[in-house]
Amino acid sequence: MGDPGTTPPSPDPRVGLRAGVTDAGEASWNLRLISNTPQPEGFVGVTNSDLAFSGDLVFQGNYNGFMVWDVRNPARPALVTRYLCPASQSDISVFRNLAFVSGEGTSGRLDCGTQGVSDPVSADRLRGIRIFDISDVRNPRYIANVQTCRGSHTHTVVVDPNDQDNVYIYISGSARVRPEQELPGCSALAPDEDPNSALFRIEVIRVPLANPQESRIVTSPRIFSGLTAPPRRDAEGNVTQALDRPGPNQCHDITVFPDVGLAGGACEGYGILLDISDVMNPRRLSAVADANMSYWHSATFSNDGRAVLFTDEWGGGSAARCRDTDRYEWGANALFTIEDGEMVFQSYYKMPAPQTAVENCVAHNGSPVPIPGRDVKVQAWYQGGVSIFDWTDPAKPFEIAFFDRGPLDAERLRSAGPWSTYWYNGYIYSSEIARGFDVLELLPSGFISRNEIDAAKTVIWSEYNPQMQVQMVWPASFSLSRAYLDQLERSRGLPQPRIDSLRMELIRIEGMPVAQRGNLLTQVATQLGPEAGASSDAAKVGLLVQSLQALAGAQQ
Amino acid sequence: MQGMIPHHAQALRMAALVPDRSQRREIRVLAERMAVAQGDEIELMRQWLGDRDAEVPPADATHMRMNHGGMVHDMLMPGMLTEEEFTELAAARGDDFDRLFLTRMIQHHLGAILMVDDLFASPGAAQEDFVFKFASDVYADQTTEIRHMNVMLSRIP
Repeated sequence: MGDPGTTPPSPDPRVGLRAGVTDAGEASWNLRLISNTPQPEGFVGVTNSDLAFSGDLVFQGNYNGFMVWDVRNPARPALVTRYLCPASQSDISVFRNLAFVSGEGTSGRLDCGTQGVSDPVSADRLRGIRIFDISDVRNPRYIANVQTCRGSHTHTVVVDPNDQDNVYIYISGSARVRPEQELPGCSALAPDEDPNSALFRIEVIRVPLANPQESRIVTSPRIFSGLTAPPRRDAEGNVTQALDRPGPNQCHDITVFPDVGLAGGACEGYGILLDISDVMNPRRLSAVADANMSYWHSATFSNDGRAVLFTDEWGGGSAARCRDTDRYEWGANALFTIEDGEMVFQSYYKMPAPQTAVENCVAHNGSPVPIPGRDVKVQAWYQGGVSIFDWTDPAKPFEIAFFDRGPLDAERLRSAGPWSTYWYNGYIYSSEIARGFDVLELLPSGFISRNEIDAAKTVIWSEYNPQMQVQMVWPASFSLSRAYLDQLERSRGLPQPRIDSLRMELIRIEGMPVAQRGNLLTQVATQLGPEAGASSDAAKVGLLVQSLQALAGAQQ
Repeated sequence: MQGMIPHHAQALRMAALVPDRSQRREIRVLAERMAVAQGDEIELMRQWLGDRDAEVPPADATHMRMNHGGMVHDMLMPGMLTEEEFTELAAARGDDFDRLFLTRMIQHHLGAILMVDDLFASPGAAQEDFVFKFASDVYADQTTEIRHMNVMLSRIP
């Protein structure tokens, strides 16, 4: 028998859940659904897509436009805005008073009409980025477009720390190049036949903040040029030699991490590591391929930027790829460490519960959960539900929480499930393709203590677009120091009696008048410092000491 | 969709030849993956056609059934192998099989991409999100696989 707090329920309650739209069976473990709010009229029966966050507002894309939810009360999200303007996928980002929406499908119209565009070449078609002024979020103003040759499947807002006047957008898309008659200059020829080919490049849009109407494509970096096929791990783990063949011609998604100057490009059959210290001219550092990875979809970095995880959206999200006949390493995440700019394979992680043949299921969008001192990710798996896992050691990821519903339809595969599931300011928000908007809460368990969750909730952002990762920094708090103590207990990094006495000490100090706490905390930190040397988890003892010193400094 | 079903079905027949004929692990993995992916896609296409009361080709259709002014005749979709070419592939073994399999599968995939190109060039096509997504997924998956197969092909002595 393992520790009951860390033993997954058996049999797995995600297997055999009842089908239904509003009355499907539900299974959860260490995670609680707080609310489900169906999408409003005009969006019902139409795919919900990605999420973005600003203050108390959550922006949710839908193939018919976008919605804005006020989540001050997460048990009852209130609809603030619904904006009808069809485009697939309508992935949405926010930056201060601006919102950006991706349009890729051939039916998107410049005038936001719902009738589609039937001509193969048409002046009415929008494929690219729509730009809205959301100064008055109840009345978004559609102020500009940037049309691109391949449309925008997804996009990434990028802040250049050295440029206060502009924000940048990297466009990703895997759809076909549109005809030159529709958008002059678009060419689908190979680059050696036409140097202006829209293939083998990404687009960088510059948005002047004072004048967003002037947004335009400023560079089209050929981040793949000179890319020979990278060394490739075959299914048995052997690395085979690089060959002189052209690499991918487009990325599905790019996750940027400006705090560490890196980006992870998920580009067709490859994962690509980019140096983005020059935002307009990203430079490829390295690339990997893997026989088990079909279609590289998106990336998440560890908080220190020393590991990266790529997802494989095998089948594009419309297929059932979590049946008990589907392999664990297919349609999964691949985890890598980053060593001298090269990615080194460590392991795969896939939501482990077998799903039915009528549930579309594959790795999809997620975000880091700000548990201090650890790397934890919450991730959407379509009808495979939500899975939270620890990948602090990229060689040994393990699941720590989940939430899942039964199929939307018992008889046939109809698209549903979480598209994107992200942690933001203390709660987990999930865009359910068919069932609306979910809010969930992470519960304490043997894997994650109450103190660790409380510390996670001290990380508060004013805005968040998950494709732009932000390095998490934890303000000093009693919860933070206690979280590190809990982790030291788990790793047996300090003797149990020492942990118990430190806990008692913290309780005592927190009960004292604020003016006296500083000195006492400093004393505890000073005493503890030298003990790191004898600990098997010296780095964590160091983090605890630092957190106590910072807490001492914060007691005024 | 009616043309893509026999096209995918032939890819399944080709993939089924691999386990008995190829020793290369990566080609065996590729074939297994194709069998899962294209088998699923055939079911999606059949479901889509059934929902629209259109004629649904059987999952193992070998030809596209064309009706020209009352004259029904069968045709092969772009990139598809003739029966002679298929027989030739089935008779090959070892490196010869691997080389022929990859060459013919690349040709087969290029045919699918051509079909997607034709779809997007047709008035009123791909307006439905499902069709746009399905066609875009076929396009993205198969261009990616072509690149992988080219790499594998260049490794065979």
